[in-house]
Amino acid sequence: MTHTVLVTGVSRHIGARVASVLAAAPDISRVIGVDTVPPPSLTRDGGISLGRTEFVRVDLRSPDIAQVIAAADVHTVVHMSLVSAPSRSGGRTAMKEHNVIGTMQLLGACQRSATVRRVVVRSTTAVYGSSPRDPAVFTEELEPHDGPSHGYAKDAVEVEGYVRGFARRRPDVTVSLLRFANFMGPGVESPLTRYFTQPVLPTVFGFDPRLQFVHEDDAVEVLLRMATEDHPGTYNVAGAGVLLLSQCARRAGRPSLPVLSPAFKVLGNAARRMGLVEYSPEQLRLMCHGRAVDTARLEAELGWKPKFTTGAAFDDFLRSRGLRPFGGVRT
Amino acid sequence: MSVPREEARVIPISAAPSFEQPDPVAELLALIRRRITGDYEVDEFGYDAELTDKVLLELIRPLYNHWFRVETVELKNVPVEGGALIVANHSGTLPFDALMMQLALHDEAGRPLRLLGADLVYQLPVLSHLSRKTGHTLACREDADRLLRGGELVGVFPEGFKGIGKPFSDRYKLQRFGRGGFVASALRTGVPIVPVAIVGAEEIYPKIGDLKSLARLLGLPYLPITPLFPLLGPLGLVPLPSKWMIEFGEPIRTDDYDPSAADDPMLVFNLTDHVREVIQQMLNELVLRRGYAFPPFM
Repeated sequence: MTHTVLVTGVSRHIGARVASVLAAAPDISRVIGVDTVPPPSLTRDGGISLGRTEFVRVDLRSPDIAQVIAAADVHTVVHMSLVSAPSRSGGRTAMKEHNVIGTMQLLGACQRSATVRRVVVRSTTAVYGSSPRDPAVFTEELEPHDGPSHGYAKDAVEVEGYVRGFARRRPDVTVSLLRFANFMGPGVESPLTRYFTQPVLPTVFGFDPRLQFVHEDDAVEVLLRMATEDHPGTYNVAGAGVLLLSQCARRAGRPSLPVLSPAFKVLGNAARRMGLVEYSPEQLRLMCHGRAVDTARLEAELGWKPKFTTGAAFDDFLRSRGLRPFGGVRT
Repeated sequence: MSVPREEARVIPISAAPSFEQPDPVAELLALIRRRITGDYEVDEFGYDAELTDKVLLELIRPLYNHWFRVETVELKNVPVEGGALIVANHSGTLPFDALMMQLALHDEAGRPLRLLGADLVYQLPVLSHLSRKTGHTLACREDADRLLRGGELVGVFPEGFKGIGKPFSDRYKLQRFGRGGFVASALRTGVPIVPVAIVGAEEIYPKIGDLKSLARLLGLPYLPITPLFPLLGPLGLVPLPSKWMIEFGEPIRTDDYDPSAADDPMLVFNLTDHVREVIQQMLNELVLRRGYAFPPFM
């Protein structure tokens, strides 16, 4: 059977990679990529070839997306268009609108559509928050004590709420909700990858959080499988194992600068205002208490394990940026 | 592939002809190199086995051997492998008993101990990451079950702050045992409960008073007055060199019950009481057996 796949967020790295592998898949007749901005050009910014993906520039916050879905007999929707940091021009309000209203518009269009059979939504493990009162390892059904109350993580919690509502109203559609750990890899540009390339890494004094990464290749593989097979449900996606922040800093050969947590907050806010880094209160909590998730459900469902462990994903990122530990390469 | 019978026998690696005693200096250098380059593993709870074994336990070993002269009794009751729940009495104002029990199990039973701690521990800077790095985690049902299913030796102090912060006059009297969450975890995972009595920790900081309002101000569960603290200032923080004994009791099996028994509150309460009585009994006998807390004088 051949069918049409709609991918949102194709102007961003992972979205573009997913669109390009879907475009190369034999049983997919058409791939439509949508985003609010055109994809970076191949020649200049190291953009990724989208293959035979047809790009449509749509602002997700507008009802235009419904027309795209209706016009193209879309079978599968892969929703990747979650923005993790406010853009310099739009700020937090635009980011929230893009994430939450954009998802509502998209799901509303899917609910009306008679052709959509499968919806895959990218979410994040940030929905579990970071708290000293929650278990060390989160499974999918766990309700966190202190859920996120700010920024991207809060958007993701709201988006998940709408996705669950959609799944209830359209039980005939397969809905897969993927909670990804932080992406890591040669092509990933995120607040976290920018953090690790700073000359000095500010950390919170007295805390050494556990971090978990998923390699971009594994993320693309999971999204491809979810988009081409039926795997309803919510899944954590992360590389095996954890790295401590101190361990990441050592592997990157970057000195860390422990700062008392109130000062960290002040510095973070100041740096954000100067446009140096993206900073939100959620990040402070992550930098204190860390987060790890259990991926047994995904592995059982797919019969597959991410190829990169958390450590291997981070090492691959370091290699691509030419970062090494003090005293040379690790053996 | 079949191997000739006599070649298949197991020989200790140190007896192999090619075996050479590793050079301690080279080993130390390799350790330092691994630490600097970040080339080590921590588990999903943040347990850094290498740091714990090679550095942190090394630091408290003199305290164990020479200061408290810890003596263990009936260590054979600790399962050699597989999940088990260690349940012990808690005392001493500061959790030295946790450290000593961890070292006892590490050195004499060869098993890392994974303690379940109060959430206060994980809110405090320094303490929170040291606690995770030495293998411990938050006392909650999910973490307890996960560790026990993973075949780890998990330790709990069900008395919590009520036990460790009790006045000197209540020494060796077990306090109330929480809500029995530890028994429910053992039932769900079918692991044995090993009752443990720790004698000696009660005398390290005899708590004769409590600065309650100051403690509340600092967000601490208690702020003790001992004969030496705060009178001698920081010097008053040196624990008194009492004689310690740690006894491991006969394991109480839970695999005869159905895992759903964990949802039967009556059964959980009864089993909790049983464990408590066993530990109180062990404590009474062990205190007599130890004799003077500060031999040979008093």
